[in-house]
Amino acid sequence: MKKSTRKFLFQRFFKLITLLIALCVVTFILMELSPIDPVTAYVGASTKVGAEQRALIAEHWGLNRPPVERFMAWFTSILQGDWGTSMIYRRPVLEVIGQKFLSSLALMGIAWILSGIIGFILGIVAGIKEGKLADKLISAYCHILISTPTFWLGILFIMVFAVQLGWFPVAMSTPIGVLAEDVSLLDRLSHLVLPALTLSVLGIANICLHTREKTADVMRTDYVLFAKARGESSRSIVFNHVIKNVSLPAVTLQFLSFSELFGGAIFVEQVFSYPGLGHAVVQSGLRGDLPLLMGIAIISLIFVYTGNLTADILYRVIDPRIREEVKA
Amino acid sequence: MIGIREKTILSISVFSFFFAAILIAGSLIKEDSLYVELSNIFAPPGGGHIFGTDWVGRDMLVRTVKGLSLSMKIGLLCSVASSLIAMVLGVAAPLLGGKVDIFISWLIDFVLSIPHTLAIILISIACGGGLQGIVIGVTATHWTSLTRVIRAEVMQIREAEYTKLSRRFGKGNLFIAKEHVLPHIIPQLVIGTVLIFPHAILHEASVTFLGFGLPAHEPAIGVILSESMKYLTSGKWWLAFFPGISLIAVSMMVNSIGKNIERLIDPKTAYR
Amino acid sequence: MKQILTVQNLGISFSQYMKGLRRRSLKVISNLDIELHEGEILAIVGASGSGKSLLAGAILGILPENAALEGEIYYEGQLLSQKDKEKIRGKEIALIPQSVNYLDPLQKVGRQIGISIQKNGGFRTGGSDESRDKTIEHDLPKDKVIENILQKYGLDKAVADYYPFQLSGGMARKVLLATALTSGAKVIIADEPTPGLDEPSLNEVLKDFRGLADDGCSILMITHDIEAALKIADKVAVFYAGTTLEVANTRDFDGGDSSSGDGLLRHPYSKALNNARPNVGFLPSEGSQPFPDNLPKGCPFSDRCVMRTEECEKELPAFREIRGGKVRCIHAT
Repeated sequence: MKKSTRKFLFQRFFKLITLLIALCVVTFILMELSPIDPVTAYVGASTKVGAEQRALIAEHWGLNRPPVERFMAWFTSILQGDWGTSMIYRRPVLEVIGQKFLSSLALMGIAWILSGIIGFILGIVAGIKEGKLADKLISAYCHILISTPTFWLGILFIMVFAVQLGWFPVAMSTPIGVLAEDVSLLDRLSHLVLPALTLSVLGIANICLHTREKTADVMRTDYVLFAKARGESSRSIVFNHVIKNVSLPAVTLQFLSFSELFGGAIFVEQVFSYPGLGHAVVQSGLRGDLPLLMGIAIISLIFVYTGNLTADILYRVIDPRIREEVKA
Repeated sequence: MIGIREKTILSISVFSFFFAAILIAGSLIKEDSLYVELSNIFAPPGGGHIFGTDWVGRDMLVRTVKGLSLSMKIGLLCSVASSLIAMVLGVAAPLLGGKVDIFISWLIDFVLSIPHTLAIILISIACGGGLQGIVIGVTATHWTSLTRVIRAEVMQIREAEYTKLSRRFGKGNLFIAKEHVLPHIIPQLVIGTVLIFPHAILHEASVTFLGFGLPAHEPAIGVILSESMKYLTSGKWWLAFFPGISLIAVSMMVNSIGKNIERLIDPKTAYR
Repeated sequence: MKQILTVQNLGISFSQYMKGLRRRSLKVISNLDIELHEGEILAIVGASGSGKSLLAGAILGILPENAALEGEIYYEGQLLSQKDKEKIRGKEIALIPQSVNYLDPLQKVGRQIGISIQKNGGFRTGGSDESRDKTIEHDLPKDKVIENILQKYGLDKAVADYYPFQLSGGMARKVLLATALTSGAKVIIADEPTPGLDEPSLNEVLKDFRGLADDGCSILMITHDIEAALKIADKVAVFYAGTTLEVANTRDFDGGDSSSGDGLLRHPYSKALNNARPNVGFLPSEGSQPFPDNLPKGCPFSDRCVMRTEECEKELPAFREIRGGKVRCIHAT
C-alpha cells in the first residue's frame, strides 16, 4: 500500500471515530432532554409496579447519578460491546439490530440496485435528448418524484397494487399466523416486492437527474464535438464517450445516497409494516425504547459513512486522472 | 412572441400567487367551518365535496387547504431559520478560517452522516414532540448544502482584490462581512431559502405522519395522511390521494419558483 | 486544379439574451468566401476573435444549436446539406482540433487515434520521400497503424496507453494530428495546429502538411500564426471581424517593395498585418478589431483604415479579382 493511501485511510478512520463520539454525545444529550421516563418505558403503563420497585429499577440502572457519570458508564459499555437491552423486544440491542438490519438490507439492496440501473439509463437518455420530448417527460417524472413523500407513494402503491389489483399482500413481511420457518421464499418475495419498488422509484429521481446533467455537460464538451466531427455515430458517441465519463459520478452518487436510502426505508417499512431497522426506529421512538434508538443511530452513521468512504475510494481507484497521481 | 425570460417571470408570479392564496385561505378557515356532519361520512369525491369527506363527514378540501397552510407556515419558518444558520456559518467559516473553518466543515459532515429522518425523530423526541420539536429538527438538518454554497462563494470574495484592500486598510471581519460579503451572497440566500422550503415541508409532513411531529389533533397534512392509513384497505382512496397530491403540488410549485429565480439571477443559465 | 471545397457568402449568427428582457441576434461571421483546390494549402489568417474557428464548425456541421447558418458550402461541386455534412465528416473531411480538450479524458490515446481508421486501414504519411509511394498502407491491424503513426512522430508506442492528461503540449498536438492522418480524408481542416510546438516539431508538422498537400490532400489551415502559414501555404485568406477581406497568394506577402512591407498585397488591412510581422516592419497597427455587435456599416476596417473615404462607410465593398487574388476594397489596385 502506498503511503498516500495509508494516510488517506487513516484520516478517514480517525474522522469516523470523531463522528461516532460526537453522535454518542449528542444522542445522549437529546435523550436526557426528552421527557420520556426510561423506567415507565420499561415497565409499561401497568400499575402493578409500585413506586418502590420503580425506585429500585432506577437505582439499578444508576439513573440517580449525575449525567456525565452516566454517559461515561453508557459509553464504556458501548465500547465493550454491551449496547443494553431493547425495552420493547426484551432482547440485547445488538441482537435486535443485527436481525432487523439484515431484513432491511434485502429491501435497501434491491431498491438501491434497481434505482441505480433505471435512473442511470433514464438519465443518459434524457441527457442526450436534452430539450427534446423524451428529456421533458423524464425530467418531469423525476421532478414529480423528488417532491413526492416516500410514505405517500407507498400508500398509493398499496391502494393500487394491493387493494385494487390484489397483486401483492397489503402488509407484513410474513403472513400473519404463519411461523417464520414455514414461510416460503415466494411468500417472502411477494412481501418484499412492493416495498422495494416504492423505495427504488424514489431513488431513481436523484440519480437520473444527476446523470442527465452530467450527460448534457458531456454532450457539450469539446471531445464530443470532435467525435461528431470525426463522423462517429450518435450510438458510438454514447457508448464510447458518454457512458464512461458519466458512470463514475453516477456510481459515486449512488454510494453517497445511503443516507436517503436509510431515511426512505424508515417510511417504507412503516407503511408496509416491514419488520426492518426502519420499522424499529419508529417503534422504539414512539414507545420510548431509548437504548435501541441510540443503537440504531450509531449503526446508521456507520452505514452512511461506509457509503461515503466507498465513493471516495472508488474515485481514487477508477478515475485514471486521480489514480495516476496517487501512483506517482 | 414571448421569450424564455418572460415565461420565467410569468411562472414565478403565477406560482407565488397560488402559494399566497393557499396560505391565506388556510389561515382564514376557522376550526368551526370544519363542522362534523355525521349524515355524510366517507362521501366519495364529486358533487358538493370535490375531495370527498372523512370519517366524521368533514370536507376534505377544506381540511387539506387548512393542513397545507399550517405545513407551509412551518416550512417557511424552517427554511428561513436554516438559511440564517447557513448565512452565519457560511460567512464565518472562510472569514475566520483555520480551526473554525475545519470545525464547520466537520459539523456539516456530521449532520450529513445521520439520515435526516432519524435525526429529526431524535430531536423531536428530545423536545417531547409537537411544533417545537419538528421546527428545531427540520431546521437542524437542512442548513448544510446552502452553507457549502455560501462558504464557496465567500471564499472567492475573500480572495478578491477589493476585499484584500479593505483588509490592508485595517478593516475587521465584521466590516468585510457587512460591506463586501453580504451584498454578494444575498441572491444565493434567497434562492437557497426558496429551495430549502420543499424539503422542509416534505420532511415536516413525513415525520408528522410517523407520529413524531405535530399531535394528532392538529389539522396538519401529515396527520390527515396518517389517519387515511386506517381506511386504506376499505378503499377510501380519496382520503390519502388528494391531500398527498396537493402537498406534492405545493412542493413542486415552490421548487419551480426557486429554479426560475436562479435562472433569472445566475448569468450562466440566464444567457444560455 | 480542381476546386474541392467552396464556401460562399457564409454567415453565422447567434441568438442571445441581453440584460433585462431583450434578445438579439449576434452576427459573428458575415460574407465569408473561400475556395480550396485539390492539393492546395489555404491558410486562413486573422486575429483571435475574428470568428475563424467557427468556419470549421460550419463546414463540418457541428455548430452549436443556437447558431444560424447562411450561405452555401460546396464539396466537390455539390451543395452540402446538414445530412451530407454528417455523412462525409471524418471520412472525406477531417478536423485537427485546437487543444487536448478535444480528446476524451477517460480513453487511452491509442484507441482515440484508432477511431479514425476506416475499414481499409492505413494512414496518409506524407512528408518523407521514401514513403511517398505508399501513401495509404492497406490492411494493417489497427494496433500496428497506431504504432506506426506514433513512431513517425517520434513518440514511443507506450504513448498509446497514455490518457490525454498525461500528454505534454507537444505530444498532445502530435496525437491530434495523428487522428486526422489515420482517417485518409481528402480535406483536412487544421484549427490552430501550431501553438505549443517547439521549433523542430513545428517544422516537422509543417513539412507533413506540405507533404500531404503534395500527395493531393487539401488543407485548410486556420491560424493566427502568420509566419507558420506563409512557410507552407499556397494561398492566404485574410480574415477580419467575420469577413474575408482578401485572398492573396503567399508570395504576395514577400514580393515588391520590401522596405514598406506592403508587397503585392491588395487590402490595407493585409498590408498592416504584414507590416506587423517581426522580420518585415514590426509596425503595430493602431486601434483594435471591432466587436461583432459594433461593426461599422460599410467596410469593417473603415474605422482604422488610412485610405478611408466617405464611400467606404456606405456599404461593404464587393469581392473583386485583382492581380490573381481577391479583395474587398474599393481603393485596391
